[in-house]
Amino acid sequence: MTHTVDQEGPLLMSAPSPLHLAVALDGTGWHPAAWRAPDARPRDLLTAGYWADLVAEAERGLLDFVTFEDGLGLQSSHPTEPDGRTDQVRGRLDAVLVAARIAPSTRHIGLVPTVVATHTEPFHLSKAIATLDYVSGGRAGLRVQVTARPNEAAHFGRRAFPPLRVEDLDTPAGRDLVTDLFDEAADHVEVVRRLWDSWEDDAEIRDAATGRFIDRDKLHHIDFEGPHFKVRGPSITPRPPQGQPLVTALAHDTVPYRLVGRSADIGYVTPHDTDQARAVVAAIRAAQAEAGRSGELLHVFADLVVFLDDDPAAARDHKARLDDLAGHPYSSDAKVFTGTPGQLADLLLEFREAGLTGFRLRPGAIGHDLEQITRGLVPELQRRGAFRHAYEAHTLRGLLGLSRPANRYAAV
Amino acid sequence: MTEPTTGKPLKQIRLAAHFPGVNNTTVWSDPRAGSHIEFSSFAHFARTAERAKFDFLFLAEGLRLREQGGRLYDLDVVGRPDTFTVLSALAAVTERIGLTGTINSTFNEPYEVARQFASLDHLSGGRAAWNVVTSWDAFTGENFRRGGFLPEDQRYARAQEFLSTAVELFDSWKGDEIVADRESGVFLTDPKAGAFVHQGQHFDISGLFNVPRSPQGRPVIFQAGDSHEGREFAAAEADAIFSRHSTLEAGRAFYADVKGRLARHGRTHDQLLILPAATFVLGDTDAEAQELAREVRHRQVSGATAIAYLEHVWNRDLSAYDPDGPLPDIDPDPGEHTVARGRASVRQFRDPLAVAREWRERAAADNLSIRELVIETTGRQSFVGSPATVADAIDHFVQTDAADGFILVPHLTPGGLDGFADTVVPLLQERGAFRHDYTGTTLREHLGLAHPDAGTRTADTRRAAS
Repeated sequence: MTHTVDQEGPLLMSAPSPLHLAVALDGTGWHPAAWRAPDARPRDLLTAGYWADLVAEAERGLLDFVTFEDGLGLQSSHPTEPDGRTDQVRGRLDAVLVAARIAPSTRHIGLVPTVVATHTEPFHLSKAIATLDYVSGGRAGLRVQVTARPNEAAHFGRRAFPPLRVEDLDTPAGRDLVTDLFDEAADHVEVVRRLWDSWEDDAEIRDAATGRFIDRDKLHHIDFEGPHFKVRGPSITPRPPQGQPLVTALAHDTVPYRLVGRSADIGYVTPHDTDQARAVVAAIRAAQAEAGRSGELLHVFADLVVFLDDDPAAARDHKARLDDLAGHPYSSDAKVFTGTPGQLADLLLEFREAGLTGFRLRPGAIGHDLEQITRGLVPELQRRGAFRHAYEAHTLRGLLGLSRPANRYAAV
Repeated sequence: MTEPTTGKPLKQIRLAAHFPGVNNTTVWSDPRAGSHIEFSSFAHFARTAERAKFDFLFLAEGLRLREQGGRLYDLDVVGRPDTFTVLSALAAVTERIGLTGTINSTFNEPYEVARQFASLDHLSGGRAAWNVVTSWDAFTGENFRRGGFLPEDQRYARAQEFLSTAVELFDSWKGDEIVADRESGVFLTDPKAGAFVHQGQHFDISGLFNVPRSPQGRPVIFQAGDSHEGREFAAAEADAIFSRHSTLEAGRAFYADVKGRLARHGRTHDQLLILPAATFVLGDTDAEAQELAREVRHRQVSGATAIAYLEHVWNRDLSAYDPDGPLPDIDPDPGEHTVARGRASVRQFRDPLAVAREWRERAAADNLSIRELVIETTGRQSFVGSPATVADAIDHFVQTDAADGFILVPHLTPGGLDGFADTVVPLLQERGAFRHDYTGTTLREHLGLAHPDAGTRTADTRRAAS
């Protein structure tokens, strides 16, 4: 794959890293018993300091970005409804606001909060992420997700979703619901993106001679009409520093692959071996071509849950202790990796051969595994010439080798 | 010192800083004017206000760019960042100052807004405040899923229900549920934490709220409307009211009216703060300040701005008129307002024919051009003078119950507050009417408002906190 060269010279100081690394932050980590680990900070989850410390550590490790999980309901171990459990982390802060709170205290790392397209207003979301881009100096992105959970729909009371069981997803009605939710998400992203472009970069002219603050010919209505919403525009917020902040999405199947192909800059996928990785990359490239975006740089990252330690037995023990506390072995949609940073580096380089361009690592227990990533895995990859030694760009797009895009509304 | 010597302790003045907005109060043509979008401007402004020990920073909001005559209005500052996102980032570069966001109750849903304010309150260590505003117009609604569905007479009913629903969500966590006990494996003590059911005319929602109770329990609540319904809403629900009455007489009348409504809602006099917006111009001497104020008004009201303003009253295209010439001899179009859109202020002209008549009489009597008339009728700053004069006037307003303090609106971004912080605040501190330093950490503590869990608010708790 050819990386496009950033047109804004100073933003990109050298070639992008040969491999990209992100960390997915969620509570005390992805293992449900992670909060009980001795180095966990479960009572700090609602404080700014907790998140600032995690992101500072990720930035010390030169990671491309962090994502922040979020949702429109209380966390649940059940896929489609609340579980009433009291033995796991419950309660969280709004991810966009956490990212904004961290932005002024970091300088290079990208900040990618999760946002939900179902039930929410694309107008609000567009200006929120544009503003995250301003307060971070060009380091914002979003990770879009949908929700079919009836209990979350009831938090809004605007539409009722039918009771949902996982097995219903494979019925015609289930497939229709999922397709509709992802189509709505694609429309949502389309509106968000159009609004980011609804001001041309030089729309603010401050022309004292004529008394005009803006050149109104350089602001544009977006006039989007779809089955779920109509949005007129323009945004109230000028075009953000990156032009288009990053759009990312997690995808497990054909319908979400289409969303990635159509709308995203990064797709997170969940292959469990190299063959699956090759297949999923091919599926995404096909969706990308179908959307008419073949020439564009679209990253495909694999998600991996990682339990790491300095030797393989210690890593196994680390995971086993958490499994014992939870009462069952941990399982995930993503591949669960248990081993040393060196073994993980081997796996990442092998997966890269299958066409993946980066990885989003979900630390099993943040208190332990985040530093294993930043202080173990990163130096290992650097030794193998596979990861940056210093941040080479000032924007998230720059770190990922994405140029600042032209504005779709600007006259050429 | 002009204060009465009744032996009554001095009222403590509340001061807040309004980030310069998207109207002609903001002078963008001044060479010192900086960005109104870049975070550095917000950080400078907030740090100045915090250095001066202000109670809070205030951000306004508008969800559709204004249009006039069918085109985007281009004479004023245009555009602003997202309120929640900027406030959360400002929490990182300040430690004490309150963070007040104007958030619309028409084009949002309670679950989302409650999570955003509760999150902001956590992330700022208890400094969040919500200025609850309403909107009804289909023009703004064109940017939203919801559209412009709300009849005007229902906007306060919806706002009130929106707020009470949000309060139910804030209160759905008591604050002691998270124990996170590693040994026993109990994270939450209550499986029903966050449970809520609300059934009403505007909202029918139920489920689990996902942000545990924040340091202030609920954000401080502001109300900004001036109608009978707005005043009732404030008297029943709000902790503070953002008013527009910045003359002594109007201020006292408004103050007495609103404070007089509190008892009917079972509330005491000190449970609602009245904070008018106020503009100011400072000079080394009163004469210098008056001269500067005149210059500022001329910058605020260009010829084109004067014509645009006149069109708000006339509801007609007046672009052919000379701003340096006389007022139009045709009458305003009294029909539905079609010229200026996305601008709540046009609604102040309930009887445009009478306004036009009055303005013509005044222009004739004083021999004023269109521009001069608009400068005279709209541009007057609330406080003009030397620092001593302005400090004196502000204190007088507060001690004589025309206000509890002011939300100051500078005309320059981002440095418009610097002079006030450096010269007026020390004088107010000297006379014992304004804090020398923060004594609490939360906005409720700064404002002398009790925590919602603390039972009835009393004058004692207010004094103790101020």
